[in-house]
Amino acid sequence: MPAGMSLIVKTVARLAVSFITVFGIYIIIYGHLTPGGGFAGGTILAAGLVLLLLAFGRQRARQIVTHEAVITWDCMGALGFAAVAVLGYVAGGFFVNFLARGEPYHLASGGTIVLSNSAIGAKVGAGLFGMFWALAAFRSSRTKEEQP
Amino acid sequence: MTFGTLPYVLALVLMLIGLYVIVAKKNIIKIILGVLILEHSINLFLLLQGYRHGGTAPIRAPGQLDTEAFAATSVDPLPQALILTSIVIGLGCLALMVCLAVRLYERFGTFDITRIRELRG
Amino acid sequence: MDPVLWVLLALMAFMIIGSLIAAETDDLLSAVVCVGAVGAGLAIIDLFLGAPDLAITQIVVETLSVVILIRVVLTRKDETHETHKDTLLVGGVLLTLGVFLVIGAWAMTALHPFGEPLLAGEGGGVASDYLARGLAETGAANYVTAVLLDYRAYDTLGEATVIFVSIIGAYVILRQKGRLHHAGGNESHR
Repeated sequence: MPAGMSLIVKTVARLAVSFITVFGIYIIIYGHLTPGGGFAGGTILAAGLVLLLLAFGRQRARQIVTHEAVITWDCMGALGFAAVAVLGYVAGGFFVNFLARGEPYHLASGGTIVLSNSAIGAKVGAGLFGMFWALAAFRSSRTKEEQP
Repeated sequence: MTFGTLPYVLALVLMLIGLYVIVAKKNIIKIILGVLILEHSINLFLLLQGYRHGGTAPIRAPGQLDTEAFAATSVDPLPQALILTSIVIGLGCLALMVCLAVRLYERFGTFDITRIRELRG
Repeated sequence: MDPVLWVLLALMAFMIIGSLIAAETDDLLSAVVCVGAVGAGLAIIDLFLGAPDLAITQIVVETLSVVILIRVVLTRKDETHETHKDTLLVGGVLLTLGVFLVIGAWAMTALHPFGEPLLAGEGGGVASDYLARGLAETGAANYVTAVLLDYRAYDTLGEATVIFVSIIGAYVILRQKGRLHHAGGNESHR
């Protein structure tokens, strides 16, 4: 497992992860116009990163997506969502949607919904990938200790 | 029992299968699978509450400008929002349960809960 | 008769059979695959019942669950067949669940019939208001997102908190740094 999988899998994974990431970001950002939203897009991003981890092995995947980056994205997502909630006090209450509505069916039409979706997408994606990464790291360190 | 309650009873049967697996099985991975089945059944039951015969998804296309007609044929959006959070929370709980199972295997060498007896602090 | 109802009953029968196989089989890998099939059946039911957001989320979450479980099961060899068959316990559990099924089926008849949702009034509450005024008040064409992030945003904050806590719990449980009694150094999982 530390060496990853065969060359065919690595080549296909390189292409597939790019498409999966773009698709996940699309689902997150357009969450208020088409089916999807922050949670669906976040799990799609996590699935793309899991594919990266499985195809390239733990060492190489750690160089591409460092542990510090995962933790930073996770916490920034959570803090961003909390910031949107607290900034609602500008308009009078907790979690009030205070930005302008805009025209329907445009990207900037939901008020704070786009910001909330992006924060949640970052949080869920980075968090779920971090949990999977911790499981993978635990397993490989455990099997190394088992050899007497 | 009419067709109006049959879907609910089938969701209840799925719920009871999950409960049976949690109570009567001795392997920790089987118990985790039972929790998964229970969560699926509860999400299904909530989803069945909001369906309308011949209803469409609660997403308005750019051509639909008539609010009355849309509100008359759409399904209920409220249970779907609650189930969406429930699904992702289920994945988080599954990962936590698997972490516990992995730790238990490392400590005791088995997944069988009847052989995991020594609980020291 | 609504054709969606026939498809729904067929898919629910598929899910029940899959979960029964997952409960009774001895091979853990087969059980994991059967639970994955149950989740995939649920995703298809979501599509037929008019919930496309749920279908997307359910299928991706099910894929991730199956990947995590297969990684756990494949590399740890353990005897999975029941070493002591406790028939008294299993019989008692089945009897209790049977009684629960009868009482529950009788209680289900008090719910509104399937296909006629309560959208307004004392039973339904505010759902018809959300449908009527959602686009004008929130500007979002996807009413599920509007409910999730504008009308009921506080519940979403609670859900983000739950996921955050479970991730921190996973990190803490899998920590390796504190194990000082292993000679020859220990590898931290960072």
